Amino acid sequence: MLAKRIIPCLDVKAGRVVKGVNFVSLRDAGDPVEIARRYDEQGADEITFLDITASSDDRDIILHIVEAVASEVFIPLTVGGGVRKVEDVRRLLNAGADKVGMNTAAVQNPQLVADAAAKVGSQCIVVAIDAKQTSPGKWEVFTHGGRNNMHIDAIDWARQVAALGAGEILLTSMDRDGTKNGFDLGLTRAVADAVAIPVIASGGVGNLQHLADGVTQGRADAVLAASIFHYGEYTVRQAKEFMRAQGIEVRL
Amino acid sequence: MVFQMKTVAIVDYGMGNLRSVAKAVEHVAPDHQVLVTADPAVLAAADRIIVPGQGAMPDCMRELKACGLADAVVTAAATKPFLGICIGLQMLFEHSDEGDVAGLGIFPGQVRRFPGEAMHDAAGVPLKVPHMGWNEVWQAAAHPLWNGIADGERFYFVHSYYVEPATPDLIAGSTLYGPSFTSAVARANIFAVQFHPEKSAAAGLRLLDNFMRWQP
Repeated sequence: MLAKRIIPCLDVKAGRVVKGVNFVSLRDAGDPVEIARRYDEQGADEITFLDITASSDDRDIILHIVEAVASEVFIPLTVGGGVRKVEDVRRLLNAGADKVGMNTAAVQNPQLVADAAAKVGSQCIVVAIDAKQTSPGKWEVFTHGGRNNMHIDAIDWARQVAALGAGEILLTSMDRDGTKNGFDLGLTRAVADAVAIPVIASGGVGNLQHLADGVTQGRADAVLAASIFHYGEYTVRQAKEFMRAQGIEVRL
Repeated sequence: MVFQMKTVAIVDYGMGNLRSVAKAVEHVAPDHQVLVTADPAVLAAADRIIVPGQGAMPDCMRELKACGLADAVVTAAATKPFLGICIGLQMLFEHSDEGDVAGLGIFPGQVRRFPGEAMHDAAGVPLKVPHMGWNEVWQAAAHPLWNGIADGERFYFVHSYYVEPATPDLIAGSTLYGPSFTSAVARANIFAVQFHPEKSAAAGLRLLDNFMRWQP
């Protein structure tokens, strides 16, 4: 049967991995290629790069990074951050990305999702949704790292992007992101049940039980985490062994 | 005497991420020249052929024909080691439900869509379409391209349609997603897979390596 996926996420700024990655014997904690190779060796099912480069002058650096990683690491690569137009999607795919994530630009211009899917295929388009709970059982879409409430219902938005042609949803709880208190399972379950496309749960992972809960209770198809892997608390392999012991199908 | 490198042509008809396939082949076969090409003459001269493909089958068929490559691909499939990937597998069949489009008709059979909501996992949860992620491939019989690859090994899939061969002897591998579907076919010099070996880590590289050494 299909395995649930574990996806480490790397923040990249002007070509360097930020927030440090702490593997034993890593020569360069900021080198995206070396870190991606390590995650591949640990059994990561995909790798996601989030480009947080602020300056537009440095925007093209991510293309070189993707190219370098794709030459050495043969698992799916997703790249998000700063994607504004179909041309941005095409350039990232040509550099070697397999999927491209879009967030703010999709909210501002939903047609971008449809146009990009029509051009490169739904399988390459991931819509990232940053959601915050605004009342019990209700979540709204935020942009700009959780600062701007767009006053759009997150479940409705998930249904809409699926209808527009997104191939996958990367769902981040802005309430949980960085807390290490676990995924927002209510949000994850509500979105996973609302759409027929795969959902990646993100935001809040502090231990391995959180990853398992995202799949079993949140019904996520994949789970994404950053710090628990970067700081060497757990390897991806340990996470998979833990999930398998709980009866979850994984690739080991 | 001029030493002539062996060549593998990756057919470029504008659909999908050919760089990934080229990089993976370069990785396993540094002794080969990897040509990403839309030139029928290059296809005709190459020692082996890989036909990738992503996106929608109607777009792929239209572009393949617009590039004047359909005949060259059919000829290559009849004459030299040939690897089809994803849509490069689906297009070998007679017809696809996706856009009600004709394929190349090299193999008898149809391309069908996963029934989506009608499929459930063991716990009764509806299965998602596209089928995206790592799933097991069960080998129908021994084949040189399965050398060193465990039966039931996981490969990376991303697709909403699957092939339904009219003759079961074409089936080289199958995968369970809802019902069991055909995830690899083989006949004579042709091997074609629904999954992406170029994105399937060590197992995928092994399959590509096997293909590059294959002498059908």
